[in-house]
Amino acid sequence: MSIERFLRSSALPHIWCPGCGNGIVLAAILRAVDKLGLEQRKIVVVSGIGCSSRASGYMNFNTVHTAHGRALTFATGIKLANPELQVLVITGDGDSTAIGGNHFIHAARRNMDITTVIFNNSIYGMTGGQYSPLTPVGSKATTAPYGHMERPFDIAALAIAAGATYVARATAYHATLLTDLVVKGIESKGFSVIDAITQCPISYGRRNKLKSAAEMMIWQRDHAVFQKVAEMKPESLEGKFVIGELYHSSAVVQEYTAEYDKLIARIQNKGGG
Amino acid sequence: MSRAQLMQGNQACALGALAAGVRFFAGYPITPSTEIAEILAELLPELGGKFIQMEDEIASMGAVCGASLAGIKAITATSGPGFSLKQELIGYAAMAEIPLVVVNVQRMGPSTGLPTAPAQGDVMQARWGTHGDRGVIALAPSSVRECFDIMVKAVNFSEWLRVPVVLLLDEVIGHMRERVELPDSEEIEVLTRKRPVVSPEEYLPYKPDADGVPPLSAFGDGYLPHVTGLVHGYDGLPISEDAVVTDELIRRLHTKIERVQDELTLYSDLFMEDAELVVIAYGCTARAATAAVKEAHGQGMKVGLLKLITIWPFPRKMVEEVGQKAWRVIVPEMNYGQLVGEIERYIPRQKVISVTRIDGELFTPEEILRPLFVAAGGERA
Repeated sequence: MSIERFLRSSALPHIWCPGCGNGIVLAAILRAVDKLGLEQRKIVVVSGIGCSSRASGYMNFNTVHTAHGRALTFATGIKLANPELQVLVITGDGDSTAIGGNHFIHAARRNMDITTVIFNNSIYGMTGGQYSPLTPVGSKATTAPYGHMERPFDIAALAIAAGATYVARATAYHATLLTDLVVKGIESKGFSVIDAITQCPISYGRRNKLKSAAEMMIWQRDHAVFQKVAEMKPESLEGKFVIGELYHSSAVVQEYTAEYDKLIARIQNKGGG
Repeated sequence: MSRAQLMQGNQACALGALAAGVRFFAGYPITPSTEIAEILAELLPELGGKFIQMEDEIASMGAVCGASLAGIKAITATSGPGFSLKQELIGYAAMAEIPLVVVNVQRMGPSTGLPTAPAQGDVMQARWGTHGDRGVIALAPSSVRECFDIMVKAVNFSEWLRVPVVLLLDEVIGHMRERVELPDSEEIEVLTRKRPVVSPEEYLPYKPDADGVPPLSAFGDGYLPHVTGLVHGYDGLPISEDAVVTDELIRRLHTKIERVQDELTLYSDLFMEDAELVVIAYGCTARAATAAVKEAHGQGMKVGLLKLITIWPFPRKMVEEVGQKAWRVIVPEMNYGQLVGEIERYIPRQKVISVTRIDGELFTPEEILRPLFVAAGGERA
């Protein structure tokens, strides 16, 4: 069935710039929902602030466009209040790892069944191209006119270290893979993170010798190494990044809301106290 | 058998929330409000409710917003520094019209201040703490029993009008123990947000009814609303720079509260019939004020007390009437003089006497009697 039924036609056209990769990531999420046959009324999409987070308004589910960095806090309240809801979080690299960084690591540690897709374009796009915690060293940004000095986070490594039970990465170029990874992230009962590398030709590419969306997507193609290849040939990773399923906890890690329901049952069976 | 119990204000507050139907609490430890979290961590799961301690004050405010949108009555509790951090999402809840209650057990500030000392320094922060303009409801109990009753009211007001309501306690009200008898559940009036009656196709999540309040669906019940902190139209979707829609929305955030101000105005008074000198007080200060007024009245002075429970929206009509009859109005506050500024908007300044304490110590009745006697032009007997 067409994924158009998951879009709010009245909210379109979108606000994204020509060549922006956010639409590809959004479509990958919608295709994942379609593939899984999830019930529309049970889906809640929670987003923060920034270009990517505007996606929630275009999606015909229960949607919340929250405050900058806070999407995961709302998502935590929603999921705990009603565990039957399927909670998806849409966020950007700045939203999730700068202003929302504390919420990100604690959501991973807590392990509620929430799937987070990070639209990672290495820049603050909505405010016009300031550096984010994902901006590579040496890149130009409006607030790094002489080249960026700080090292970027590795979102996947951060998520794994903090306790996320499913972590994956793909790019806008690898849209089919991205869809498959979102499917697996939703299926995984715990906190899932999908690092979706996407292009911002206007606020990042133009300043960094990647003049068009096509050039940026070719860059994504040429710098991505499939997880299986990376395992076999670690030397192929020099200056590149791994895509695919990066971590899927094999250990049984208790999902928070299921554990809380067990707690309620245990206490109520005791007749209180 | 007597049903009287010895109970702390924070405990009464927690029990009031449960009586009002609250089934979700998210918070972060902070003195002097922590008992509310501790009690609800124990009691909520017994009732099938949920408790979570979040990673910070902002996160707990976000979780409460989320739980409320999922259809469950939700509250948080904090104190000064945490109340500052929560302002961001209090503004969000005002804009997105999310019912919830924030308990602020006030302590001496600014900053970390005196964590275990009472104060009334957050009265204006409750009104203006978040950026932008909106109507506000803030209530201040002054006894343990009132903590229970006013918490129920706070939840009811938030559900009725879809607003974040602030319950302003202070360290003394929160920690002091009094003998109380709590009402039976059938005696307690509990309000719950109105749900949409139209079909999902017809539902406009921000189209207000005649009372200025839009019905609220719960996530999962099929209405698929969009919720945002951006200025939005009736459909909940952001609009860009439409002056008419913006004006209507921001005005409505005020007027939905103003139009029912009489019903929101909670107060009590003492000897007001022929009072020439009036003390206006709230929170813990009202306790010393009550003792002072009783003492002065006993000595034959024409003195009365107006105890405000509803601080915001400010009961201006009532205060204006007091100012017309009274010769002097004395306003004791445990701050440098906050609510007195509001009172002076409605009562000529020359009639108003501000009495302040900003040392973390409670007023004694004596300290309120003294300006009463000075105002009366007589010496203390």
